[in-house]
Amino acid sequence: MRTRRMTHVLVTATAAGSLLVACSGAGGSTGSGGDGESINVLMVGNPQMEDIAELTKSTFTKDTGIKVNFTILPENELRDKVTQDIATQAGQYDVATVGAYEVPVWHENGWLHELDSYADKDSAFDKGDLLKPMVQSLSGADGKMYALPFYGESSFLMYNKEVLAEKGITMPERPTWQQVADAAAKVDGARPGMKGICLRGLPGWGELGAPLTTMVNTFGGTWFTEDWKAQVNSAKFKEATNFYVDLVRKHGEAGAPQAGFTECLNAMGQGKVAMWYDATSAAGSLEDPKSSKIAGKVGYAYAPVVETKSSGWLWTWAWAMPKTTKKADAASKFMLWASSKKYENLVGEKLGWARVPAGKRASTYEIPEYEKAAAAFGDITLKSIQEADPTNPGVQPRPTVGIQFVAVPEFQDLGTKVTQEISAAIADQTSVDKALNDGQKLAEEVAAKHQ
Amino acid sequence: MTTLIEPSRTAPPRVRPHTSTAISKWRRRGPLLPALIFTVVVTQLPFVATLVISTFQWNILQPADRHFTGLSNYGIVFTDGRLRAAVLNTVVLTASVVVISVVLGLALALLLDRRFPGRGLARTLLIAPFLVMPVAAALLWKHAIYNPDYGLLNGTLNAVYQFFGADHGPTIDWVSNFPMPAVVLSLVWQWTPFMMLILLAGLQAQPGDVLEAARVDGASALQTFRHITLPHLRQYIELGVLLGTIYVVQTFDAVYTITQGGPGKQTTNLPYEIYLTMFRKYEYGEAAAAGVVVVLGSIVIATFALRTIASLFREEVSR
Repeated sequence: MRTRRMTHVLVTATAAGSLLVACSGAGGSTGSGGDGESINVLMVGNPQMEDIAELTKSTFTKDTGIKVNFTILPENELRDKVTQDIATQAGQYDVATVGAYEVPVWHENGWLHELDSYADKDSAFDKGDLLKPMVQSLSGADGKMYALPFYGESSFLMYNKEVLAEKGITMPERPTWQQVADAAAKVDGARPGMKGICLRGLPGWGELGAPLTTMVNTFGGTWFTEDWKAQVNSAKFKEATNFYVDLVRKHGEAGAPQAGFTECLNAMGQGKVAMWYDATSAAGSLEDPKSSKIAGKVGYAYAPVVETKSSGWLWTWAWAMPKTTKKADAASKFMLWASSKKYENLVGEKLGWARVPAGKRASTYEIPEYEKAAAAFGDITLKSIQEADPTNPGVQPRPTVGIQFVAVPEFQDLGTKVTQEISAAIADQTSVDKALNDGQKLAEEVAAKHQ
Repeated sequence: MTTLIEPSRTAPPRVRPHTSTAISKWRRRGPLLPALIFTVVVTQLPFVATLVISTFQWNILQPADRHFTGLSNYGIVFTDGRLRAAVLNTVVLTASVVVISVVLGLALALLLDRRFPGRGLARTLLIAPFLVMPVAAALLWKHAIYNPDYGLLNGTLNAVYQFFGADHGPTIDWVSNFPMPAVVLSLVWQWTPFMMLILLAGLQAQPGDVLEAARVDGASALQTFRHITLPHLRQYIELGVLLGTIYVVQTFDAVYTITQGGPGKQTTNLPYEIYLTMFRKYEYGEAAAAGVVVVLGSIVIATFALRTIASLFREEVSR
């Protein structure tokens, strides 16, 4: 009993201590709530979140009188902070941004407040307009939503139209991985210093892990079977990984083992690679003449496949309400506003249509101004998201919801360690077989916890 | 952690009344107490918290399952293959960075010890790398220097090749082929100025009459360096090595930014492995235990460092 109280005190003390440190960089507004309530929102530091922090005061707060204090943190610290906040029942945050990966895991822990009761009451919110895969990935086993999507993305193939045309290659709208590999071989070296394709090689479950897992899915592999048998060194998983590693080693970007999303974005935008398979959200940057030399010259194709019909991933940042909040009503108002059509229009008019948090509503793609801004990639982005099936992303039933990840707490560690070894295989410091056999051992440890 | 340096035995006896009663001692120490207590609270309490946490099975993703496990986390730390690899990497990284920095720093300090026009400017420029934020330095090395597409190294090679009429230079992937040297080099760039400063201070503290005497006796520059300067610099080198070691053991920025501990585990050092345990595995107990082990290792090193500093002071006193 003593020790339990002791740890509780300690935990709270350490949490408070780290909070002091963490808050020093965030812009918490001062002063008391005044006339209305105030809520605390914890967000990940992505551009879309920075936009909402900028717009809230003059619109949402003005209309409702609810003051919003934002804290912005990097992804890992955010997970940590929310987890601590909920685990210690501190109730400090009323709203937090969560990714598609956290929702099932945290719902499983019983940390999140269901949101259907709020969303259904608000007719202007129009829940039916939300894209089905988004709703699926943010719903619990009981069919209720536990987070409201803010923006979403899938993955697709981007290619340099000029270079492919020079080499006489027509990229089909729905290519197979073999076609992509053949094209990569042909365009490799089309210009001095240009490589065929960019694929992430930087270790991390959310870096190399994401595109690789979509490839494993479509080759017919999986991390785990439905009844938690580890499949990391199975034939299909190996085939996919070998294909990925060979393609990167032969025709991939220079410096692949350290190349993540950012490095590939640079390489593609600077004309150092002819193709790139990655997030749909990258298209906006590639079409921006300020940062990209190939704006207007990019072609888009669906995520390459082998055995499945589609293979694009699904990711979303969404608003969730920790169960510990004491201001559920005010918090829900903010969340419904942030995920609304109204907010999308506000961003479009105030900051420009390219900055709209898209990828969650069908109606976004019917706004004429947005259609114009996203002419080259809007349609294919929407279809990629609509075709993504987080409940059944491969050829066999899965134990959890999720396409490019396994929604269990242990996956971050497992995915990171296995991709470290695969990254080493790309750097020719180990073999794919050894990497996956080691990975299988780690995966079996995880599976044992869930059987 | 306060060590009052007693005047050494060799110091000339001072004429001072003996007031070694406890009361007078405390009268002198009394005003220091608030500062001492503050220091203890700020520096030692977090460590005590870490010690306590290290005895718990605590994964924050399973908050319900938090319980006392005694020393089992330490068992995991000492039997974990990844941690063993991380210890080895830390030793290799630290030793190579410190040794190379000291050698380069000594060479630069010897050059700066001479009089030449623009010496002040040269010194300022040489110190600059030490003033760059570690993360910024790591980013600079990753992108501006090592990047195979637009980095300085390959850009230079490319220019040379094109100068001799080739179409395009080789595209060498420096970080993947030489991961550890890549991290070491960026750290050496940061730490050489630090070593240079310490050694330069040592060189300028050389008694001029001794050097004069050596010159009169017909000693060559090399002999003077070998038999007079180097023995004199010994303590300064020791100090540089120890302080450098304490800092470089904790390197995180360069590993995280340049290689993410890869390829594989080749550049995963202890701080990065602890980071993975904490922020990917969320095993707070294990991470705390690993942290405690690292602290104990550092304390051993720091003890030597403090002794060296104390001996420097003693020399000052006896002079």
